[in-house]
Amino acid sequence: MLQHIIDSAKLLRPETALATTFCLLLLADLFIRRKSNATAWLALVGLSVTGFFVAQQAAMMGAPISIFTNMFAVDAFSIFFKVVILAASGVIVLFSLQSNELQLGTRRLGEYYALLISLTLGMFLMTGASNLLMMYLSLELTSLSSYILAGYTKDAEDSSEASLKYIIYGAVSSGMMLYGISILYGLTGAVDIYGVQHALMLQDVNTLALIIAGILIVAGFGYKISAAPFHFWTPDVYEGAPITITAFLSVASKAAGFAMMIRFFTVSFLDVNVSRELVGSWAIFQGFEWNRLLAILSVLTMTLGNLAALGQRNLKRLLAYSSIAHAGYMLLGVVVLSNQGLAAVLIYFVVYFFMNLGAFYLVMLVANKTGSEEIDEYRGLGYRSPLISVAMTIFLLSLTGIPPTAGFVGKLYLFAALINAKMIWLAVVGALNSVVSLYYYVRVLRNMFLRDAGRSTMPISLSIPQIVLLLALLAPVILLGIYFGPLVEYAQASVTMFGVH
Amino acid sequence: MNITLTHFLIISAILFSLGIYGVITRRNAIMVLMGIELILNAANINFVAFARYGGMHMDGQAIAVFVIVLAAAEAAIALAIVLNIYQRFNTVNVDEVSSLKE
Repeated sequence: MLQHIIDSAKLLRPETALATTFCLLLLADLFIRRKSNATAWLALVGLSVTGFFVAQQAAMMGAPISIFTNMFAVDAFSIFFKVVILAASGVIVLFSLQSNELQLGTRRLGEYYALLISLTLGMFLMTGASNLLMMYLSLELTSLSSYILAGYTKDAEDSSEASLKYIIYGAVSSGMMLYGISILYGLTGAVDIYGVQHALMLQDVNTLALIIAGILIVAGFGYKISAAPFHFWTPDVYEGAPITITAFLSVASKAAGFAMMIRFFTVSFLDVNVSRELVGSWAIFQGFEWNRLLAILSVLTMTLGNLAALGQRNLKRLLAYSSIAHAGYMLLGVVVLSNQGLAAVLIYFVVYFFMNLGAFYLVMLVANKTGSEEIDEYRGLGYRSPLISVAMTIFLLSLTGIPPTAGFVGKLYLFAALINAKMIWLAVVGALNSVVSLYYYVRVLRNMFLRDAGRSTMPISLSIPQIVLLLALLAPVILLGIYFGPLVEYAQASVTMFGVH
Repeated sequence: MNITLTHFLIISAILFSLGIYGVITRRNAIMVLMGIELILNAANINFVAFARYGGMHMDGQAIAVFVIVLAAAEAAIALAIVLNIYQRFNTVNVDEVSSLKE
């Protein structure tokens, strides 16, 4: 037993590094002056150390492994998501250094970065959680940190309101999830997902109870990935929260939610009696066909997200609805139940990482100057600040999925997986939704290039580090649209999960 | 009368429903949070009852302890947020705190 714990702890180095960084930041905050960015650099050092351990783990990765008596899985799948989350966390620290919203005023930013690290730690734990309690606890660690961060600029009314709405919706959804977990525990007598799978294989359980438990658990996941009908918090929280946190939640929180959901459903409901070679996809138990449920959610999510985005006047809120729609597209890849579908989701996440963070970065840069995120403020921006406008155009076209941007590659692989699985109608709904989304993205472009600047003619200039960061997000969006071979290969190699043969 | 697993499950189902009902109907943020506590405690009763009557070792009871600790942490953060809301809006009515809706 002791040996097992020691062996397991060796595989938990990235998480240990994050936890240490969190403690150091809290301590450092006591000694560092109010208006100093030292804590941000300390957070970046902590994230780099974590990155080193993740890279080490990825390099030495052999067979998937489960540690701490099936509490936590370390496999290519979780490492892939850890890379995405860690990169997002690093980029967000860099954003925060430039955000007027955070830097002006007399706030202590030490605890802000500490909470950002604990949020990252929660997401790391979510990617590998393979025990029902562990799933719930890591979800809550993520949520509790993000409730505080959403309301971090607590002197602003909308930020306070965002955190209140977030905690009410979040607590109810995770409470429902916990109730679902308790029923699942009663049905199977198992606390880890491999035990659940084993118990479902051996005995017949009450199907109705299993379906109720499944739906309640989906409520928890649905809230985390902002899938309809659990998405009501998203627009308000995304609009009210500091923009750095909005950007982080829209990418990393969603990634962690997807990782946990995919692992839970794939492992728990896997029918190992049917060989995957025969049917080309995983077989799931009869009784609770969760992929049908997710297919309905996905159609609802993208349609609602896209239709609601049409009438938005605030760009942050518009991007919130667009992120709901993107969660819908990504759910399509989960519904397919095959490695191809999963690989498509992973590819989409990398692409989404660059284009969404890029778009939010530009919104932040413009808001730093104009103090507002209204789309009307973007009138004539194409003449005032060509670099920002061209970059924004590329990010928005990529979010729509127009070639030759990376967004096109992401959608291409998703729809290809659907068509291979003979789910043509889902692919058609997805494609139609992309067309709808073109309308509201183009409205922003029209404001930038075709409308008169009006009263606000102030040019927006960028400093050299800002341009470098912008290009670092912009270049992959174009490059991945043309040369995506390595990304696809990496994603296809990263679909192995512990417990799925 | 013998108390069986079913009794506990019915109690927990009633608590869960009351919690959801409270969250939906109450407008005071504090009352909404109490509804959330009911939901968590309903799940706790399930865990402990299954562990006791289902012959499933101590797993369920251990989970219940974790959930109690977590509910306390959540309540602490939620109350801090509500306090901050009260300072900004001078009310804790969730319907009146809505500057973000169009």
